[in-house]
Amino acid sequence: MTLATPAKVQRSQLAERLDIIIPPLFAVILAILGSVVWLYSDIDSITSSILTAESLQRQIVDTIILGFASSFLVLIIAIPLGIAVTRKGWPRLKTFLVDSLGLAQALPAYGLIVIFYSFFGAGINTVILALATFSLLPVLRNTVVGLEQVDQAVIEAGRGMGYTRIQVLLSIELPLAVPVIIAGIRTAIVINIGMAAFAFIIGGGGLGETINAGLVMNRSPAILIGAVMLAILALAFDSLGALAQRYLKPKGM
Amino acid sequence: MSETLIRLENVSKAYPGTEAPAVGNLTLDVHEGEVLVLVGPSGCGKSTTLRLINRLIEPTGGRIYLKGEDVTEIDPSILRRKIGYVIQQVGLFPHRTIAENIATVPKLLGWDKAETSQRVDEMLELVSMDPAIYRDRYPKELSGGQAQRVGVARALAADPDVLLMDEPFGAIDPITRDRLQNEFLRLQQDLKKTIVFVTHDIDEAIKMGNRIAILREGSEIAQIDTPEAILSDPADEFVENFLGSGAILKGLTLKKVRDIELHDIPALQMPVMRDEALKALESSPEKTAVLLDKDQKPLRWISEASLNRTTQPIEKSGKPITIDLQPEDTLQDALGVMLQSSVGMAVVVDRGGKYLGCCSIESLASMIISGSGGSQN
Repeated sequence: MTLATPAKVQRSQLAERLDIIIPPLFAVILAILGSVVWLYSDIDSITSSILTAESLQRQIVDTIILGFASSFLVLIIAIPLGIAVTRKGWPRLKTFLVDSLGLAQALPAYGLIVIFYSFFGAGINTVILALATFSLLPVLRNTVVGLEQVDQAVIEAGRGMGYTRIQVLLSIELPLAVPVIIAGIRTAIVINIGMAAFAFIIGGGGLGETINAGLVMNRSPAILIGAVMLAILALAFDSLGALAQRYLKPKGM
Repeated sequence: MSETLIRLENVSKAYPGTEAPAVGNLTLDVHEGEVLVLVGPSGCGKSTTLRLINRLIEPTGGRIYLKGEDVTEIDPSILRRKIGYVIQQVGLFPHRTIAENIATVPKLLGWDKAETSQRVDEMLELVSMDPAIYRDRYPKELSGGQAQRVGVARALAADPDVLLMDEPFGAIDPITRDRLQNEFLRLQQDLKKTIVFVTHDIDEAIKMGNRIAILREGSEIAQIDTPEAILSDPADEFVENFLGSGAILKGLTLKKVRDIELHDIPALQMPVMRDEALKALESSPEKTAVLLDKDQKPLRWISEASLNRTTQPIEKSGKPITIDLQPEDTLQDALGVMLQSSVGMAVVVDRGGKYLGCCSIESLASMIISGSGGSQN
């Protein structure tokens, strides 16, 4: 017991540290790769017209908005839903939700965006909605799993000492589920940033525009730089998630 | 007898879809300041009964009274804050420090910070844990025994009159369990809480309980009485079977060394001459004497044979006394010591280690034959 504990703690600390170090490291490597491509390949007038600072900036902002807005939407839907279905008397709803959202995730994101387009028309809002639907499952599932893995004895002790059901939820269950829930959110954000590449097909903007233009005009430097920027953004958000996981984790766990 | 503090009146719990109720029509009085042990085979509904008292399980029929007040309908959370609750798995909050864990109920009741903090230290000291060391630790840093100490401290923090304990020492290794049981009994002597204690272990029930309720299926009371009465007069075959063989041996844990008459054998205090020793031994029917040092602490068993056979100084003859008993030890402990001892007797000393007398297997046997010692309550 006394011997096993420190070893385990050390290992998980190492894993945590790697989790925080690796994404930025990859981002740096990708940035260097991007600059090398930019410096050493033929940049003709078409390529430079695709890669103007102004359009890149707008596309990056679009991507960030898409990622943030859809993830925020997921948060405010999936977490309360996850809480609701783990309360007593809802096991059927839980199975139904997890199954049907699994179906949404099985569809290609591309298809989902197009389906949403036929209902809600073009524009960034439709994309946000489609992305949110697509990434709802990881957060919902992790909220459910996170709440269900809380030791029943701890909940029983809390109830037995006079916590109300709300107090048990807020001061025992949710804090103890935080690490698992955040892991789900992290997955959702990375999915959303990645899938934001498809936003351009229904006029949602984003770095997909640059990548698509490069493809259409057959300009590989443009494709590569668009893709690298998208990847760096995804890694940056992943790092934010790793930091949140580390600092929002309850002490003593 | 003392006042009734908890009263269950025709309480029942039936789950929909099952034929037999988990608890059927149970009426039970718990007296103020007593430890009432609910004991029975697994599945008899003893834990369910316990949880009906603080309404973690809502009864489907009957009334529950606490201090004469009907608490069947009041807000269960308010009720539970007045009742300490200890469970086998302890259930400490892993994300809170030991101090925060203990402060749970005081915080719910809105105590001020200074008062709560002082109470936490008191509670840690009560369960023999140093506040300076343990206050700010987290539960994962504790051993099983320490965790349950904190569990007990947490349950007692808001000074409830009533404590419900569901197999509190069930998941702890036998040695630590024994120590915790003894500590808990000592605590209870000062605290005089009203305790309902659930266990499946009849030995633990006999050790911990002022009264024992033996339950059969459906939480029906087969017999409720003092441990002595149940051991000497089981109500029916079920109780007899449940007590198992060796009820007399179990009864020995109920009586203390001070309850039996000490045997008078010669005690020789150092320094003593060989002639003197031999003379004393001659007059003793057991042909054995106890050699004491000059502070009256027992040193060795000496016999005539050992004195004659050897030319060694008297303080080296005979057999050394390695274990002694105190008046508070149980007769079961005494029996163990006597069986180990070379002369079939055990010396009894006071707290300071001074010789008081001896107890022998014969005195134990005559006590068992004569039946009730009657000094326990």
